[in-house]
Amino acid sequence: MNQTVLIQAMVYLASGVLFVPIAKRLGLGSVLGYLLAGVMIGPAVLGLVGDEGHDIMHFAEFGVIIMLFLVGLELEPERLWKLRTPVLGLGGLQVLLTAVLTGGLALTTGLPWQPSLALGMILAMSSTAIVLQTLNEKGLMQTAAGQNTFAVLLFQDIAVIPILAIMPLLATYPMASGPDHNAHTALLDSFPGWLRPVAVIGAVVGLVLIGRYVMRPVFRIIARTGMREVFIATALLMVASISVLMEMVGLSPALGAFVAGVVLANSEYKHELESDIDPFKGLLLGLFFISVGAAINFELIVENPLLVIGIVVVVMAAKALILAVLGKLFRLKTDQNLLFSLGLCQVGEFAFVLFSFASQNGILAKETVDLMTAVVAISMGMTPLVFLVNEKLLLPRLGTKELVDKEQDTIEENNPVIVAGFGRYGNIVGRFLRANNIGTTVLDFDSDRVDTLRKLGMKVYYGDASRYDLLKSAGAEHAKLMIIALDSPEKALDLVETVKKHFPHLEILVKAIDRDDTYDFMDAGLTHVYRETVDSSLRMGVDAMTLLGFRAYQSQRAARLFLKHDEKALAELAAVRHDRKQYFSSARRRIRELEELLSSDENDRWLKDIEDGWDPESLRNEVKQMNP
Amino acid sequence: MSSVLILFAHPALEKSRTNRLLLEACQSVDRVTLNDLYQEYPDFDIDVDREQRLLLEHDYILLHHPMYWYSSPAMVKQWEDLVLEHGWAYGREGKALVGKKMLNVMTTGGPRKAYEEVGYNRFTIRQFLAPFDQTAYLCNMIYLPPFVVHGTHRLSEPEMHRYASQYKSLLTMLTTDQIDLEDAKTRRYLNELLID
Repeated sequence: MNQTVLIQAMVYLASGVLFVPIAKRLGLGSVLGYLLAGVMIGPAVLGLVGDEGHDIMHFAEFGVIIMLFLVGLELEPERLWKLRTPVLGLGGLQVLLTAVLTGGLALTTGLPWQPSLALGMILAMSSTAIVLQTLNEKGLMQTAAGQNTFAVLLFQDIAVIPILAIMPLLATYPMASGPDHNAHTALLDSFPGWLRPVAVIGAVVGLVLIGRYVMRPVFRIIARTGMREVFIATALLMVASISVLMEMVGLSPALGAFVAGVVLANSEYKHELESDIDPFKGLLLGLFFISVGAAINFELIVENPLLVIGIVVVVMAAKALILAVLGKLFRLKTDQNLLFSLGLCQVGEFAFVLFSFASQNGILAKETVDLMTAVVAISMGMTPLVFLVNEKLLLPRLGTKELVDKEQDTIEENNPVIVAGFGRYGNIVGRFLRANNIGTTVLDFDSDRVDTLRKLGMKVYYGDASRYDLLKSAGAEHAKLMIIALDSPEKALDLVETVKKHFPHLEILVKAIDRDDTYDFMDAGLTHVYRETVDSSLRMGVDAMTLLGFRAYQSQRAARLFLKHDEKALAELAAVRHDRKQYFSSARRRIRELEELLSSDENDRWLKDIEDGWDPESLRNEVKQMNP
Repeated sequence: MSSVLILFAHPALEKSRTNRLLLEACQSVDRVTLNDLYQEYPDFDIDVDREQRLLLEHDYILLHHPMYWYSSPAMVKQWEDLVLEHGWAYGREGKALVGKKMLNVMTTGGPRKAYEEVGYNRFTIRQFLAPFDQTAYLCNMIYLPPFVVHGTHRLSEPEMHRYASQYKSLLTMLTTDQIDLEDAKTRRYLNELLID
């Protein structure tokens, strides 16, 4: 590998590693951290990166494509349908009105109508990354403002696709096309005219069909190998191939990725794909933000500080105004409306993509793009500060903080029981409940098993059950019981933690493998813990006693009594375990505990109680005393 | 003021509309403790200490169960066998239950007239209940006539509700000491005290 590539990678990674945690700690969010990192290594400060920054930005745009794939994955048709009013109404009006207003303002500065319209559409975007991240961190996603904000961002994400389609029609400047652009479209250009629309339609239809009928079996085969990196590679390969295919027929790669995402949104691998690809999206977007930061033209700002700041203020004020009017129209309370309108008033990361697209396609002049890139970056940087001002200065004056609205409008599963792990243990519990007509939703990590169960018509999700989003789509908000029958105690503990944090209403029943994880579960505050071998061991013990000639009922009673005694002893040992941990190694501790258990078993005091009523001994004695 | 302990035993409550209504009725009365035996001891492992403690804490002991083969479901028998220990409930030393009042609350599928000497069951309810009567006697308890809901197979919804509210009145009467024990003992069923 070329050493300069490694040095570049070092510079980029080091800046991100250094600045993102600092920005996070200061409450500014990771996006701002990346931007700052970019500014630092860019020509304005350290000058560690130069012109190659643009190439890197181009490469990092793959992060945006992945982001749209993920947006598509989130867009199950039912979910979209439930959100249709806020998404289409609120989101649609926001994009339309903001584009018209900011475009109109651009017109007054003397720009022709084409670039003004393009600028208006670009400025209508808000920052999904910053806003959702901030709302999540503050736990505001479930409020009315949070839900409406999400709806608007969702519409903006979709609106990028038609915007990308419209923009080339607005070109007035000479094309500043990159070499790659021509290379890919060349294939299509070589087709005769009548074949081109056919090729375009064919590509999209092919994409849908392949997504539907080829990718699922492929993912199943890959998942069966149990090699996570191959699964990830397959997912990335799919997104990359889609991008190439789309570019070949002259469509936006982002659109292709989005369509592929929607096609796979209902598949059992949805959540796995999300969690596997998400880090790549994060890293590439991070890289993207860094290169944006590096590309900010500070000379321009220093030359015209008033102009830049003036545009930032005007744009943000115009956006906030339109959002506030719409919030009022959609009956948001004042405090919610403030959060909603101030939260979304920045210009988002999509603007960078659209700007580079616009300048490549000769829609906006380079000077305009440079100026507006700085404006967008500053408006994004302002967002955390705007949130802070709203929180500390505006909301306290209102005194009407709306309570977090717990009602969720996207119910996906309604079963009262969720079973995590459908292996040797979980499948017996699940079958038993199913035989009694109790609805169960199953989460499992074995793709063969998931496939079989799905064919039998069961609600089964493939994936890591300890993940919040998977639990949520499995209907954890509406279920009553969570049955954990995972084979790994660590995973089970993760799951317990997630459930306790996000779904505290769920009663948890957990399978434990041995005493050690039984203690761990008890320490986690669980009362329904089931050691997987204890019942069948005791049944064997009962049969052993019976075969030796004990009465069957006596053996049975002894076993039940033994179990009660054992559980009591277990609880006592769990209580003293923590003190003892300090003195003994775990192996010695286990031997010590076994000794204690065995000695407590020998004492048959606990065996006698139940039999008094059936024991004629005392009555016999009394009768003898009365009639000697 | 007296307290009432209902020892309820029904192995398939989910199938008995009448008993579900009766249980609902008793839950709103103060100083009444419901001890649902099949729910507490699904494996018949009765906690003798707990049961004896409950008995000591209450004045009236109601054995509430459906009539199965002219007696109670098996759980009631298991309970008697294990809880009413010699030397505690009866015998020279067994004085724990002296003076407490005991009665059966029963539902029967057959109509009242079937439980006559000339009816198809040939014996009266009181005759069938002789073992309970004698158990109470041996434990130095006062045995009272039963509260009976007859003909549950054919009960209409309003009739069931009427029985439920009668049961509630009975429990209120017992807990507020508005019952004349001497008069009550002469009745065939305690239902007779409640027909207003």
